[in-house]
Amino acid sequence: MINRLSLDYKQLPLVATIALFVLMFSFGSLRYTGFLSTQVFLNLFIDNAFLIVIAVGMTFVILSGGIDLSVGSVIALTSMVAASLTMEAQLSPWIVVPVSLLVGTILGMIQGSLIHFYNLQPFIVTLAGMFLARGLSYLISVETISIDHPFFSYMANSQIPLPGNNFISISVVIALIVAAIAIFIAHFTNFGRTVYAIGGSEQSALLMGLPVTRTKILIYTLSGFLASLAGLIFTFYMLSGYGLHANGMELDTIAAVVIGGTLLTGGAGYVAGSVVGVLILGIIQTIIVFEGTLSSWWTKIAIGVLLLLFIVLQRVIVWRSEKKAGTG
Amino acid sequence: MAEQLPRLEMTNIVKEFPGVKALSDVQLRLYPGEVHALMGENGAGKSTLIKVLTGVYPIDQGTVTLEGNPVHISSPLKAQEHGITTVYQEVNLCSNLSVTENIFIGREIKKYGRLAWKEMHQRAEKLLERLQLKIDVTKLLSSYSVAIQQMVAIARALNVSAKILILDEPTSSLDRDEVQQLFAVMRQLKKDGLAIVFVSHFLDQIFEITDRLTVLRNGEWIGEYKTAEISRMDLVSKMIGKELEEMEAISSKNTGNTTESTQSFLQADEVGLKGKVEPFDLEMRKGEIVGLAGLLGSGRTEMARVLFGADKKDKGKIKVNGKEAHFSSPRNAILYKIGFCSENRKTEGIIPELTVRENMILAIQSVYGWFRYLSKAKQMKIADEYIQLLNINPANPEQLIKNLSGGNQQKVMLARWLVTDPDLLILDEPTRGIDIGAKTEIMKLMTKLSKENKSILFISSEIEEILRTCDRIAVLRDRKKVKEFDNDGKLTQQDVMKEMAGGG
Repeated sequence: MINRLSLDYKQLPLVATIALFVLMFSFGSLRYTGFLSTQVFLNLFIDNAFLIVIAVGMTFVILSGGIDLSVGSVIALTSMVAASLTMEAQLSPWIVVPVSLLVGTILGMIQGSLIHFYNLQPFIVTLAGMFLARGLSYLISVETISIDHPFFSYMANSQIPLPGNNFISISVVIALIVAAIAIFIAHFTNFGRTVYAIGGSEQSALLMGLPVTRTKILIYTLSGFLASLAGLIFTFYMLSGYGLHANGMELDTIAAVVIGGTLLTGGAGYVAGSVVGVLILGIIQTIIVFEGTLSSWWTKIAIGVLLLLFIVLQRVIVWRSEKKAGTG
Repeated sequence: MAEQLPRLEMTNIVKEFPGVKALSDVQLRLYPGEVHALMGENGAGKSTLIKVLTGVYPIDQGTVTLEGNPVHISSPLKAQEHGITTVYQEVNLCSNLSVTENIFIGREIKKYGRLAWKEMHQRAEKLLERLQLKIDVTKLLSSYSVAIQQMVAIARALNVSAKILILDEPTSSLDRDEVQQLFAVMRQLKKDGLAIVFVSHFLDQIFEITDRLTVLRNGEWIGEYKTAEISRMDLVSKMIGKELEEMEAISSKNTGNTTESTQSFLQADEVGLKGKVEPFDLEMRKGEIVGLAGLLGSGRTEMARVLFGADKKDKGKIKVNGKEAHFSSPRNAILYKIGFCSENRKTEGIIPELTVRENMILAIQSVYGWFRYLSKAKQMKIADEYIQLLNINPANPEQLIKNLSGGNQQKVMLARWLVTDPDLLILDEPTRGIDIGAKTEIMKLMTKLSKENKSILFISSEIEEILRTCDRIAVLRDRKKVKEFDNDGKLTQQDVMKEMAGGG
């Protein structure tokens, strides 16, 4: 109770992330006219709503000490399923949306079960899932399927007005609700705390009698479900299904989560951090757009540098806390 | 106390693993309000007994009754439901969670479907207060010392309304004050009627805190004693399996071959490592066999590891051939012509999937450097030579080492170091778990090596072996070198044991 205000080591990466975001936003505002506006800030959410959703799912996976490489492919597969069901099967959105959501959920559950019951590496299992989902989307069609349906157009184009002539999209609302629920789950349910415990030490979690099996399967199921939800949001955004959608997105997601301060080895991190991590990826892109002359590949270079910095920062923090525990 | 119904009674417990009888006919009785020590050397069956009691292993034969009712403990969770909880030596908690969470996770308090943090924090504070601990429970477990983490583990155990608390070597990483703090808590819990099982290798602690003790040896039940009624000497002799009378009967068989060599090979000056072994002096002269005697956990192995550079010393100087030597890794030590044959043949010594030949050349290869390949012909020559010299059976260098018996594996390990022609060979329990024949051969070999002017540091639990082979004997107790004897032919096992046991 005494040291409530003093900084815990575990919060340092989160604080660093937020500070970095503020710094970059200030940098942009000073350098470019028109950068400092609420709408530029809100556009970060609009353009990256789907990334926020998968990053939230990925946060749980990484917190538990795992990894999910399949999320990018699941987005593509979901977009294909949604597009073909809408355009070719002419089904109503009332059916299309739930079925699309099931795609990732089922894949996630299968991956989680394989990882747990056969004691397989999450990396390999979800790598297989990544190829599988990508392949399946081409099986549906090798061409882009454009969506022309009132429901999808509505979801894509409707703007929710905010004071000051600003607006956000429906996708942003969905993403923010997902993030809020995820924060609650992480900190106020025993599922959430068990995820942290497994990430800290799976062996200890077992010895403490925690439901490790159920939790692990649920983590990958949740990640799969959120990947599908992100797939739908992505479909609203692109108004098409295509097998090449979100290619490599899983790596952007992992980068966002790590920059958001989650320890890649599991056990420490925050959902809110991942949201900020996504915003940082977004702001790099925005700065490069405002700069105008830079190639968009500079985004990748900036992400690479930041990622490296954060990994080093985390390692230093772990060392220092180990040292502290050793002497304390 | 004897009139009282025991809280727990384990009778005729048998537990077999493939090829080993880990427990045969073992008993354990625990009464409410007592601290009961489980005593025995390595391999005595203490941990197996604990694992059987906590449901980690199933029992092959025997009965367990809790307050008179027979019970079947099939899993750690079941054991917890019966009120049997364990605090392991390595704290098995999640250090990335807060103190409160570590106490409550798995049985959280909920309100309106969400975790009631405030209430849990308060309850955690109260539980810890019972253990005389006032800390910020919202902080991460990793921000506290091992001692406090252990208290948190105990608090977690108490939160499940424990009836039996098993403390498996809780003191091995605590300092003196922390141990006293733990003891104060144990006394309090004892008063509350808890039955506590206490495992420790420190005799002082056993005599300080326990009421009764059960001694195991080689998986067999030796006896149950009141701590106040057994002397240290008695206890030690029961643990290592020599009755006092029997010991007196064995006339000292040592040869009294104190070598005249005064040339020192290695000299350790106030060498120590915090938490492992207190600063000690040790001299190894050329052609001398020095024995390290001490109970398990007395710091024998730690001392050897520090000398070899496997653990880095944080105090003192080591001189080799009169010059100060800096070794920070075993590789350095090997270059100084020091060899180390580890106690844990299985985990630190042999590489099971390699052949006898490949195991033998590992150390010499490392001296050569990995890029100077040892020709196959040379390897074969080495293997054949040592197979013959050490009488390794089967005499096939291409046999996988995992298929050899323990004694023969040990000989291969010895060969691995002999190939490097070391000037000092550290042998940590080379004779454990191998048959008499192999033992004698290894001891003969040691004598032979010392005649070739090599020094040997010999660690053994068998005092008799030490007396028979060593020129000097250093005794360790509680991680400290307490005595050094010259084996002048008059030294008896009792003299050594008295030092090992210490105190009264």
